[in-house]
This record gives sequence, C-alpha cells and structure tokens, in this order.
Amino acid sequence: MAERIFSWLIMVCALLVVAALLWVLSDVVLQGAAHFSWQFLFDAPTDAGRGGGIAPILVSTLWLLLIALTVALPLGLGVAIWLSEFASSNSRFANSTGITLDILAGVPSIVYGLFGNAFFSIYLGLGFSLLSGGLTLACMILPVFVRTCEVGLRTVSNDWRRGALALGMTRSTAIWHILLPAARPAIVAGLILSIGRATAETAALLFTSGYVDRMPGSLLDSGRALAVHIYDLAMNVTGGDGAAYASALVLVTLIIVLNTLAQSLVDSWFKRRLVLA
Amino acid sequence: MNRLKERSYTLGEIEQGKPCCVPQPHLQIQDLTVGYGAKTVLSQVSLDIYQGCITALIGPSGCGKTSFLSSLNRLSDHHADAHVSGKILFDGQDLLHDPVDTLKLRRRIGMIFQKPNPFPLSIWRNLELPLKEHGVRDRNVRHHKIEQALKDVGLWDEVSDRLHSSAMALSGGQQQRLCIARALVLEPEILLMDEPCSALDPIASAVVEELILRLRGRYTVVIVTHNLAQARRVANYAGFFWMTERVGQLVEFGQCQHLFEAPTHALTAAYISGARG
Amino acid sequence: MFNNSINNQADRRLNFLLLIVASATGLLLAIIILFLLNESWPFFANRWRDGTWLQLFYGQSWYPLESQFGMAPMILSSLAVTVGAVVLALPLGLGSAIYLQFYASPRWAQSFRLLLNVLAGIPSVVFGLWGLTRLVPLITSWQPPGASLLAAILVLTLMILPTIALTSASALASVPRELLAGSMALGLRRNSQILHIFLPAARSGISSGVLLATARALGETLAVLMVAGNVVQNPSGLFEPVRVLTANIALEMAYAMGDHRASLFASGLLLTMLVWLLSWFAHRVVRAHKQALQYG
Repeated sequence: MAERIFSWLIMVCALLVVAALLWVLSDVVLQGAAHFSWQFLFDAPTDAGRGGGIAPILVSTLWLLLIALTVALPLGLGVAIWLSEFASSNSRFANSTGITLDILAGVPSIVYGLFGNAFFSIYLGLGFSLLSGGLTLACMILPVFVRTCEVGLRTVSNDWRRGALALGMTRSTAIWHILLPAARPAIVAGLILSIGRATAETAALLFTSGYVDRMPGSLLDSGRALAVHIYDLAMNVTGGDGAAYASALVLVTLIIVLNTLAQSLVDSWFKRRLVLA
Repeated sequence: MNRLKERSYTLGEIEQGKPCCVPQPHLQIQDLTVGYGAKTVLSQVSLDIYQGCITALIGPSGCGKTSFLSSLNRLSDHHADAHVSGKILFDGQDLLHDPVDTLKLRRRIGMIFQKPNPFPLSIWRNLELPLKEHGVRDRNVRHHKIEQALKDVGLWDEVSDRLHSSAMALSGGQQQRLCIARALVLEPEILLMDEPCSALDPIASAVVEELILRLRGRYTVVIVTHNLAQARRVANYAGFFWMTERVGQLVEFGQCQHLFEAPTHALTAAYISGARG
Repeated sequence: MFNNSINNQADRRLNFLLLIVASATGLLLAIIILFLLNESWPFFANRWRDGTWLQLFYGQSWYPLESQFGMAPMILSSLAVTVGAVVLALPLGLGSAIYLQFYASPRWAQSFRLLLNVLAGIPSVVFGLWGLTRLVPLITSWQPPGASLLAAILVLTLMILPTIALTSASALASVPRELLAGSMALGLRRNSQILHIFLPAARSGISSGVLLATARALGETLAVLMVAGNVVQNPSGLFEPVRVLTANIALEMAYAMGDHRASLFASGLLLTMLVWLLSWFAHRVVRAHKQALQYG
C-alpha cells in the first residue's frame, strides 16, 4: 500500500512539473510565433517597441556578448591554467583568488550592475554604453568560467602530465597539446554557461548599457539588450506583450543557437589535435 | 648529442643470452636519500648501473623503488615536497647538484610507467609530439624515426594501417609498447621502467618482456618489477630493496644469477624463497 | 602534479604571462569588492556615530528622500519569497528527480531531461514576462490585486525547479551501484530503497544543488520585480504585493543620489553577504559529507 501511494505521489510530482514547464514553454513559443515574422528581425522598433522589429536590439545584444566573451574567455582560461597547473597548492595568492572567485560566482547580477555603474560608467567615464555593459557582463561570467575550466583541467589524468614530463616536454607543450584538449568538455560547459548567463542578463545591464533602442553607432553608444527590451515592453509599454513574446522567442532561440555554435566551434578546434577512442 | 645521432638505429644485432654488458658504469648512484616532507622513504642507496645491461630492482611494495627511479631523471622535482640528496653521476655530471637541463636529461633518460599512458592523440601524434618538442624539424627525418621506433617495438605491422586513429583504442599491451616506442623515438641512452608489465595480461606481458630483452645491449635499462621470475629472465644485474623501520634500503646488489642462486644476505634469501614457495 | 620547479624558458615565459593574467584578475576582483564598499561607505559614515545605520536592518519605513532608510520589510520580503519558492520547488523537484531516475522509461526520461534542460536555460526575464501576462491576471481574477507575494513565489519556483530536479537527478545517479545491489539482496521494496538508501546517500549532492538554487532565487531581480507589485510593506499575506531587495535596487538606482544611492549599494553588500553565507554553507555540507564517506 505504502509503495502504491509513494509511486502515485512521485508520478503526480513529475506530471505537475511537466505540465507547468510545458505551459510556460508553449506560451512562449505560440504567442511568440503569433507576433513573429522574418521582418521582425530586420526592422527597427517603432511606437516604443509595439511595432516594427528588433534589429538594433539584436545588434546591441551581440555586441555586448562579443565584448564580454573577448574579455572574459582569455582572462578566464589563463587564470584557470595558472590555478591548476602553475600555482603551488599552498600559495596564499592562489588560495585567496580561488575564494574570491567562489564568492563572486554567487553574487546577484544586480550587484554587478551596481559595480559596473559605479566603476565603468562613472569612474572610468564610459557612461551608459555597450562597452561598460559588456565589461560588466565579463566581470559577471569570469568567476564561473574560471572555476569550470579549472575543475576540468584538474580532473585530467596525472598520467599524461607525468608522461609528458618524462619525455622532456615543457609544460607549455603539455598544456597546449594535451591537457587543454582533454579538458574540452569542461571548457565547453563553462562557455555555454557563460553565454547563457551573458545573453539572458537584464539586471546587470539596466544601469550600464542603458535603454536606448537605436542602432548603436560605436561601442561608446548606449544599446538595449534583448532581455532589457523584453522587460521594458512588458513593464512600461501597454500593448507590448505580443512584441515581448516574440522577442522572448528570439532570445531563447538565440541562446540555443549560440550554445550549439560554441559547442561545434570548440569541438572542431580541438578535434584536430585530439583523437579520442 | 652528436654521438647519439650517428648510431645506427636497428635492434637485434646482439645475440640473446650472450653477455652484452660492458662492465662500465653508466650511472653511479652514491648515498641517494629520498624523502617527502618529514618522511624519509629511501635511505643511503649506492649502486652502479652498467652500460647496456638490464638492472632489475626487486622488493616489496612501498620500499622506495619508484622514488629511486624518479630521482634518476629528476621527475622527483615535480613532486611538491620531495627532497633528494646524495650523488647521481652521469656523463661526468652530478645530476643532483650540477646545473642540469632536465628537458635534455629526460631525452637521454627515458621512462616507462606502470600504467600505459599514451596521450589521447593519434598513434602518429603520440610519437611526433616529443620529436617536434625536441627540435626535429625535418618531416622526413621524423617520418623515418617514427616508423623505425614502431618497428623496434613490433607495433608497425599491427598499426601501420591506422596510424591516425586514436592511441586510446589500442589494447593495454599495445599501449605499453607504444609508450616504449615514444621513449625510443627520442633515442635515449637509458630507459627507466617502473613495473612495465604489471598492468598487462599474461600474453601482453610476455610480449613486452621479450621486447625488453631485445633492448639489452643497445640501451641501459633499469626495471622495477615484482615478478621475480621476470627479473631472473631478463636482468643481468639485480638489486634487492627492503624496508627497515619504514625506510627503504638497498640490501643486496650484484649479478642477477648470483643474487638469485647464492644470495649473501639472509633477507634476500628469505624473500626469494618465500616468493618462490 | 606539475608543482614548482620550472626548468625552461618556454615555461618561465608562460608562467610569467599567466601570473600577470591572474594578478590582473585578482586586481579586478579586489576592485569589485572595494567599489561596493567604497560606494556604500557614505551611508555608513554618516550614520555610524549615532548608530542609526542599524536602521537599515530593522527600520520599518523606507522614505529615502526623507532620509528614512529602513529595509526590514524588503529584507523580510526577500526571505519570504525565497523560502516560499524553495519550499515549493524542493518536493516537486526531488519528486521529478526520483521519477526521472527510477520510474520513467528511458525514452520518457530522455524527453523529460531535455525539457528540464531547455527550461533551465530560459532567461529569468522570460519567466517574468510569462508570470506578468499569465499568472498575475489569473490571480487577479481570484484575489486582486494579483501582483503579489504568491505570484513572485510561483514564478521563482518555476525558475529554480529545473535546476533542483537536474542536480538532484545527477546526485541520485552518482550513488554507487553496489548500494542498489545490496538493497535488492535485502529484498527491500522500491520505495524503501529510495527513501532509506538512495536519498540519504545522495543527500550532499541534493542539498548543495538546493542551496545554489536558493542563492539564485535570492539574487533574482527582474522576474520578481515584474510580478511582485513592489509595494514596500511587510509580507503579511500571500496576496499582498511586496518589494524585495534586488527589485528595490533596480527600481530606484535610476534616480538615487547621495545617501540614497549609497544605501542601495549597502543593500547590494547585504545581498552579497547572504549569498556568501549560503555558498559557504553549501561548501560545508559537501565537505562534511565527503569526510563522512572517508571515515564512516
């Protein structure tokens, strides 16, 4: 009897979850598709976003992402390599860097928005611009990216490190040709996580890259991210729901497409070296 | 290094069973003591490794044989808190105190590990990477050397049709022979082998053992093994390690036949007969 | 493994380069923390002597323009929203994880997992949009005004559900198979197996996943802002509108000046501290469990 009730409860839980999630997903897809047309991607918004499309907003979103990744990826990979391969386990600097990374990985994005506003926009004088927004996003994704890559590198078998050393190879060669390719799954995971977070971010951008929905002329122009656009349409524009849902559909699709792209790019880059069984 | 390059690169010139050792020490180890942190694992070992001979090191687990081996190519440098004292004389240099280029040293003193550790690359890249690392720029030369090394370990016929597929797909015995080929392709003078057969099945183990026998005369080999019968079959010289008060020591060293048939030390006799019975 | 001892030019150069990169990153991290402290400093400095800075934590009235900085209602609302979401999402997520791991057919499990993965990647603002256009009207028709504590809890629940379900499922999946064989040999029923063997064994993985989800719920800004009504008051009922700390920052940053602005930074620090506490707790749980496995 207990067994019956237990399985019944479990089924109900699963059913509820599936139903709720499908409800959200189908709403986004159906309502989004209803307002979507290909023209929507290439037009500028009119009437505060109720009409027209999202072309300048897409461009701003991609610029923000590009800036964030260009800054965060090399820095993050470098720090991850340093932490896992060069820093000795009792180095105080390495330990405190690790702890700070852990703390910052959990800091709410709105707090990054505060920091970005104070530091990039005001202190460095970048104002409300794509640059300060992108740099804020870079700060936000850096800790998570470093930690994922570092864990990935640490789980690479020590046999390979020892083998490389015993052959008189430099660590640089071992890292570049063996360890990084072997840590590929973790690097991809970190990249996908970072892209997801940066593309979906709203709160950190409100006070750094701003609201302006014109096509950005330079990186010092303000630009509105897709997520900010959805927020603005839903909250401040009556009758903007249709466009908001269409933008949400585009945003979700964009994230999926970018993730697939990242996955295949990293794979093809490493596949040339790495031949797994 | 020139001397090395001029050597013709074929095996099998030396008839098996014939005394092949030149009674001339290739490595002279004096008072070698190895410890990790506050713990001493090996104390005051002195012995000569003779040129072109196979020297087997036997004894129970944990008596410092592996630590001994990794001091010889300075791999112990990479252990966080290892300290090595004493003298290791090689080619007129004290490896522990004179300034030694460890990368070049490890090219001259190769090492094979217990667990086969081919890199997760293609079979070809496994051999090409160390060659490139040691500055062999000419493609044709590399090609020739790789082919020769694979022939030396008897892998060429088995894998010549899938040189560009993954090394990880090979069987355990093939992987270990590939690792030996990877060491041989650098044309070392000395090969250190840390229980090279213990992770293999009996048949693969016999193949690798036969390969080791064929290396006699051309290379100086130091092999750690738990298999007394194997030590007896392959070695010219043998050393017996034992732990006294948790510190490893060399109890007896001499010609293999002598050590096995007429051990001078009671411990040796007990170990050999105990393992035999 | 590599540890100390660098013996060649190439590695020395790489080490030097990476050290610069690491230092730059370390500096950046320090700047983030220093700036948050520095920007909130005026608020504390002006109120340190008379002790009124503590008003931040227990003051009931939030009238920043009249220099009344009481955040207690917002702190309480943040906690209420977070606790509510976790209390709802935990049993549902755990139940789904158990279903996924023990009951679902492979094909079903695969589609369920895909659905969870897709929804875990959906931006929070989309959940907010859905909550605002679907959930809030629904609640309004039942108990106006609609935008309320309940709406915020439900939206956050949906948001953290996929994370909790996926981390719990992977924690359950990593329970050693020998345990299963052992419990089968004892002839335990499936529900007792799950309740008495698998759940305890996966406890640390599940709880660290839940704590991370809690941190996410606490730090979420826009999804909550869009559906919670944003009235500064103590959370007295499920249908009352509330304002959480994060939403307060987002709403007022645009025009805040002087001490007002500094107080927003101070609330950012407070949030950081709460999240920090949670992740420290998560670390402790995981470590304690590892030790128990080692010595137990």
